[in-house]
Amino acid sequence: MALLQISEPGQSDAPHQHRLAAGIDLGTTNSLVATVRSGMAETLPDEQGNHLLPSVVRYLEGGETVVGEVAKGQAALDPLNTVASVKRFMGRGVADVKSLGSRLPYEFVESEASAMPRLRTAGGDVSPVEVSAQILKTLRERAEKSLGGDLTGVVITVPAYFDDAQRQASKDAAKLAGLNVLRLLSEPTAAAVAYGLDRGSEGVIGVYDLGGGTFDISILRLNKGVFEVLATAGDSALGGDDMDRLVAEWIMKQAGIADDADHKQLRRLMRDACAAKETLTQNETAGIRLELADGTHWEGQLDRGQFNKIIDPLVRKTLAPCRRALRDAGVGPEEIKGVVMVGGSTRVPRVREKVGEFFNTEPLVDIDPDRVVAIGAAMQADVLAGNKPDDEMLLLDVTPLSLGLETMGGLVEKVIPRNTTIPVARAQDFTTYKDGQTAMAVHVVQGERELVSDCRSLARFELRGIPPLAAGAARIRVTFQVDADGLLSVTAREQTTGLESSIQVKPSYGLTDSEIEEMLRDSMDHAREDMDARNLREQQVEAERILEALEHALEVDGERLLSSGEREALERSMDVVRETIGENDYSLLKRRTDELNRLSVEFAARRMNASIQEALSGQSVDEFEK
Amino acid sequence: MGITMTEAAAERVKTFLANRGKGIGLRLGVKTSGCSGMAYVIEFADVVDDDDEIFEGYGVKVIVDKKSLVYLDGTELDFAREGLNEGFQFNNPNVKDACGCGESFNI
Repeated sequence: MALLQISEPGQSDAPHQHRLAAGIDLGTTNSLVATVRSGMAETLPDEQGNHLLPSVVRYLEGGETVVGEVAKGQAALDPLNTVASVKRFMGRGVADVKSLGSRLPYEFVESEASAMPRLRTAGGDVSPVEVSAQILKTLRERAEKSLGGDLTGVVITVPAYFDDAQRQASKDAAKLAGLNVLRLLSEPTAAAVAYGLDRGSEGVIGVYDLGGGTFDISILRLNKGVFEVLATAGDSALGGDDMDRLVAEWIMKQAGIADDADHKQLRRLMRDACAAKETLTQNETAGIRLELADGTHWEGQLDRGQFNKIIDPLVRKTLAPCRRALRDAGVGPEEIKGVVMVGGSTRVPRVREKVGEFFNTEPLVDIDPDRVVAIGAAMQADVLAGNKPDDEMLLLDVTPLSLGLETMGGLVEKVIPRNTTIPVARAQDFTTYKDGQTAMAVHVVQGERELVSDCRSLARFELRGIPPLAAGAARIRVTFQVDADGLLSVTAREQTTGLESSIQVKPSYGLTDSEIEEMLRDSMDHAREDMDARNLREQQVEAERILEALEHALEVDGERLLSSGEREALERSMDVVRETIGENDYSLLKRRTDELNRLSVEFAARRMNASIQEALSGQSVDEFEK
Repeated sequence: MGITMTEAAAERVKTFLANRGKGIGLRLGVKTSGCSGMAYVIEFADVVDDDDEIFEGYGVKVIVDKKSLVYLDGTELDFAREGLNEGFQFNNPNVKDACGCGESFNI
């Protein structure tokens, strides 16, 4: 007998045509699946009643896999074949992974076929996408058992700062797990949806996500029922684990444990510290009892006041990104009308208190902070699968970093600035630099800095067959398009011939969260320096352009229109400029280029007059020469 | 006769209605479709129409239109679990045969 769910009025499915949809929070440490049944969104437990699925996959010889709690329990026994935190490798290249690799037990294999790194396990080499697919497959089975049918589609959440490669990798993993992705949704947006803020009044809200090891703050604006991510910021190495560490250090000091305690004891200390932290969520004091190396016991107490004092520096550290996100979003703390709390660490009362103070509003904590993202994803999936009468809810995201392309001199021309809402398409016209240029290389980069070398290269392609025209005459329109899932395609089109060339950015290699952080921080730290570098490069390009034009002009008309003295003076000045280009001195180069310009004005005027006379008299150049 | 509901079903309906934040009760019905002729309808009810009959059990209103009632009279609505799956189930004495999955039926 089929088990039925209550539908909205008039939305009953035909039999055997249920639109079963689920939301999946594919997390670094834990993953969850949620669905809407009889109008209620809830996370789905496994047979043992556990909602959280540890994002851990163990590969056995012969290719079989164990996923979740069991795999996590075996991690210590079989670290090489037990893959945890694979989300950190999604959409990343071998080089990126290697920078993390020294701290990881896994063995990475470089493959020729793709830029994607693979992990060597007893079950064969596996890519991060395949590992994620195993986790998704487990959640899919759980959902299908719970719903009594195949899933029509899922919404999978990704961090707001995930770049194109990381989003594409997440989609690929879903495909591999046999899931139809209705949409990728950013985690903060999902959390806001879970609280039904999309149905509330318009305004700006914050999503404060403090997990075990990462912190993210997102500022969203709800406008006419549409969510827009205005800004995101965070710290990829800040979370509940750091609180545990500080508490453990405090215990060590109190109990007189030396800094060189062995690994086992440190691990026990961390566990005790975590337990004390959790106790202090409900209680004013927590008792701590531990066994010392010499077999004696130490007993102590940590009260909430002391605990607050210990973790305050960490809580303060989360407020700096909050300030930055507000500044990026262009709103003041007083404009925030609600803050959604996400992540287990937001259960700590001190965190709630400080966040409430900062944003001057009582944070939203009613929904389990571990499950809120999955619940929001499920609600969105329900709408997208067509189970809601008013499926007008459309969610918008933003680009995490600026997208642009390389122009002469290694400079970046930003086409889509960071925090632009997507989907978006922007076009910009470019032209050729040299006479008769028939090809143009398009180098797509991502980042905030002014020089290409400081940004991240996403893709390169060439537009060939441009009709040979004078420099600056060709019109090439480059269009950047980012779709609703945050995937980028770039098209270059020569306007007169309609000649076109394009590329879609696929996972080649990605960026780590900390690298994105770093890139943003760098762009602020180096703002002045970057401006100077940009000015210098622009001046260098300008100088080279003038030199080239003059060389050409001298070759054609130098003999005819200049006295030898004039010509010498001009050539001397050109030599001076040529030497100065390499000296990386902006103001000197500018002065000398200006000087050269001044010297050549007369020459340019004579050339102009000569060509006008030619045109007027209709005489050939030959006749002019005598 | 009429329509009845088990206590388990009524409790779930109450929870779902409270979560939804609006609605006066539960609408049950049948519609023609499916592989065995007819299919059940189970929806939240926001309005009562002129030709509706209202039943009540454990504080939950069950609304059925007169045409559907012909096929549903005597039905008991239950809430059941099968492994991880859970949902509502119609125990309908009028059914002669149902398709394999029980989603559609014949009278």
